[in-house]
Amino acid sequence: MKAAAFDYARPATLDEALGLLRRHGDAAKIVSGGQSLVPALNLRLLSPEILIDIGRIDALRGITVEGGTVRIGALTRHVELMNSAPVAEKLPLVAEAIPHVAHPAIRNRGTIGGNIAHADPASEMPAVLQALDAVIVVRSADGERRIAAEEFFTGIYETALRADEIVTAVEVPAAKAGERFFFHEFARRSGDYAIVGLAVRMTVSGASASNVRLGFFAVGDKATLAEKAAAALSAGPVTAATVAAAQAALADDLTPQDDQQASAATRLHLARVVLGRAVAALLEDPSLAGRTAA
Amino acid sequence: MTASVSITLKVNGETVSADVPPRMHLADFLRERLALTGTHIGCEHGVCGACSVRLNGEVVRGCLVLAVQADGAEVLTVEGLSDSGEIADLQEAFRNRNALQCGYCTPGMLLTAQELLAQGGVPDRETIREHMSGNYCRCTGYQAIVDAVETTAAARAAARG
Ligand SMILES: Cc1cc2nc3c(=O)[nH]c(=O)nc-3n(C[C@H](O)[C@H](O)[C@H](O)COP(=O)(O)OP(=O)(O)OC[C@H]3O[C@@H](n4cnc5c(N)ncnc54)[C@H](O)[C@@H]3O)c2cc1C
Ligand code: FES
Ligand code: FES
Repeated sequence: MKAAAFDYARPATLDEALGLLRRHGDAAKIVSGGQSLVPALNLRLLSPEILIDIGRIDALRGITVEGGTVRIGALTRHVELMNSAPVAEKLPLVAEAIPHVAHPAIRNRGTIGGNIAHADPASEMPAVLQALDAVIVVRSADGERRIAAEEFFTGIYETALRADEIVTAVEVPAAKAGERFFFHEFARRSGDYAIVGLAVRMTVSGASASNVRLGFFAVGDKATLAEKAAAALSAGPVTAATVAAAQAALADDLTPQDDQQASAATRLHLARVVLGRAVAALLEDPSLAGRTAA
Repeated sequence: MTASVSITLKVNGETVSADVPPRMHLADFLRERLALTGTHIGCEHGVCGACSVRLNGEVVRGCLVLAVQADGAEVLTVEGLSDSGEIADLQEAFRNRNALQCGYCTPGMLLTAQELLAQGGVPDRETIREHMSGNYCRCTGYQAIVDAVETTAAARAAARG
């Protein structure tokens, strides 16, 4: 299908873009890589009056390391994250997750700012950024707001972003000594959206885990931290019993949905399976993967 | 009504200027304005890869780039890639291996495969499948396509010595 007609503006600076956004309000849509927006336009799910193309605002580009934080400009493309030496070194979880985001041709255009603003519940980065305790930096004509990734994602395609705000960057704490990471997703085909996925950060010391963050995606209407399961894993040495308790707690932490890909029950089961595998891998004890009743 | 926008870009080495409506995507621009119909259109929402073109050196979905966004860019289509001879060996391998039947997916397959091959080395079948995962073929069952890409990679490696 073809998109409905719209006007087009390509501001050269962020201030200009923010001014246009304020002026046009809900009638406007920002476009970055276009890899989620243009499909929606072509399918006529959206018909804005004007597109504001921020794709050439250089201030929104680049990956920089400052102290213990990696700052990723909103226009950083998926392919740039994949090929970035600082990301490979400081953000191993991002490096592991990014090849699962779409296909090469889409990774050549899609940006991290667009990806998180789009907030697809099956998207990888929203869960990864929550697991890593990242901050989303947004700006309007009134100034900057810094939003914890945990607070940013509010529902299916919904975020804490206001209509006059633009995501300018994501700030992610670099990996610290003792931290370990795990990423896995179940998908029908490489590059497809996940059926269930999990991004984990934890600090491991001997048989104990602390600092546990379990970012689930494609289970429920948004990427979510499983807090009760994380607490179960943090209570003393991790044993088969703690893993079972954490897996049981996922029933409280998650609200899986039924759709054409999988039932809610299948999703909860897969979430438990992937959690068991994560713990076994991170504590280097295969017996912890456990068995889950269906 | 919405205003047309003037764009200037390089397509297959030639500079082209045009006025386009903002909603026109690059694949339609190439086909309808420049009669470069080697770029095919399947789904128009990013899923099938039939519309693949090279934009500033990288393969992208022609249906997910607006023509206005390609202002100032360099675009290479399957026509340009064929004329330059860059993929002559790959095209021959596609013919030899029966890697096409109706041919609808083939331009996108060639562009995508060439992007992987240009990285050098001899990718294994798994890597080839992974790289081509965003391109649908409704005819061949993919085995022959992977064969053709694998054969070309091996032949190019041998030629490099
Ligand atoms: C076939 C296919 C498969 C895909 N598979 C996956 C997948 O497996 N996992 C995954 O995560 N994604 C997947 N995607 C989506 C892809 O990752 C997109 O690139 C990404 O979601 C959007 O980034 P973009 O820069 O292209 O954003 P755009 O399409 O330009 O914009 C998306 C939305 O965000 C808004 N927006 C864009 N930039 C900003 C900003 N800086 N500030 C505020 N709002 C902004 C836009 O107004 C729009 O509403 C897939 C896409 C396709 C077509
Ligand atoms: S027509 Fe562009 S991906 Fe299908
Ligand atoms: S040869 Fe017919 S779609 Fe691939």
